[in-house]
Amino acid sequence: MNIAEFSLWISLISIVAGLIGSLTGLGGGVVIVPVLTLVFGVDIRYAIGASLISVIATSSGAASVYVKEGYTNLRIGMFLEIATTFGALAGAFIAGRISPAAVGVILGLVLVYSAFMAARPRLQTRISAETEPLAAALGLDSSFPTADGVREYHVHAIPFGFGMMFIAGTISGLLGIGSGAFKVLAMDQVMRIPFKVSTTTSNFMIGVTAAASAGVYLGRGYIDPGLSAPIMLGVLLGSLVGTRLLVKAATDLLRKLFAAVILVLALEMIYHSLTGRL
Amino acid sequence: MRRLRECGELQIETYLGKLLRIGVLVSAAVVLIGLSLYLRRYGSDPPDYRAFKGEPGDLLSLHGILEDTLQGRWRGVIQLGLLLLLATPVARVAFSVLAFACQRDKVYVIVTLIVLGVLIYSMAGGLR
Repeated sequence: MNIAEFSLWISLISIVAGLIGSLTGLGGGVVIVPVLTLVFGVDIRYAIGASLISVIATSSGAASVYVKEGYTNLRIGMFLEIATTFGALAGAFIAGRISPAAVGVILGLVLVYSAFMAARPRLQTRISAETEPLAAALGLDSSFPTADGVREYHVHAIPFGFGMMFIAGTISGLLGIGSGAFKVLAMDQVMRIPFKVSTTTSNFMIGVTAAASAGVYLGRGYIDPGLSAPIMLGVLLGSLVGTRLLVKAATDLLRKLFAAVILVLALEMIYHSLTGRL
Repeated sequence: MRRLRECGELQIETYLGKLLRIGVLVSAAVVLIGLSLYLRRYGSDPPDYRAFKGEPGDLLSLHGILEDTLQGRWRGVIQLGLLLLLATPVARVAFSVLAFACQRDKVYVIVTLIVLGVLIYSMAGGLR
């Protein structure tokens, strides 16, 4: 296989990853690192660098669509970005100090978790009518458009949610993924932010979080131009098409299929890392 | 009230949306140009990503990347496109500082400046 064929293959895979990632809301980044390392034998550090780039591209590309819909809560996003960007720096710091095999095992475990999160039916957010003083002080409460008119929501458990976002940021910085599964868990289930608001706001935050660790990785030489270019362009193209396509009916089946693919990749990733073949 | 007429949320979000779209499209175009230069030159060589060597020194700094780009070297052109992409969320945060300042929201000016500080620290190579 020469460079032209290699680039073509990884850009095609990236298009599919970006498309399915945006249709299922899981992001394309989760499959990029395992596919590059397991199928193409790319060193995990280069794979993480390229994946981070694709995460930024997806987030910024999709945000320009989402932001127009009026669900994004800029204050929640900005406040929680303090947690995720510090977390991202911590993740990038840890990544430089543990072995690639350890990174592989952690990635595998995070992927197993993401696959289970993706396969099960979505939990309902219990939208709250009570105001917490901290949420009021930070101006986090807001409203969003629903089918029955504008609905108010109130943000809860801010310190706990903030802590979870720090961990989400650390995972993102360590593994080069968006870690949307953790972000949405923290925002929907812990902070009780309505699903539409939490997904669009989380997408908004993912780009900033990834940029915080990408700066470190760029300086460390993890970001290879020849590898990152086809992946960035492919994932971007796939996710832009996916954001505009609203194939509601197929999404549930697609999520389950994608979850199965992620689970297989996760187990392979753990096995390869533990047997020293990564 | 927080919401002032000339800097309402909706307007801010519309600007942010445009900013992000332009940033992504420009960076994608630059990366595409660099990639085609790369494939034309090295398309028939074997890929080599098995062992981690790190990137050459000229790709690790803005100065080196700009120098490479001006010389028309593919690596520099792609890396410049990737830097533009990295700059997009940073510009978004910087723009949000102005937007919150316009709303006279001191708390969020500080919150946003903290996030901007972390990003600049990371880009400036504060952590290795």
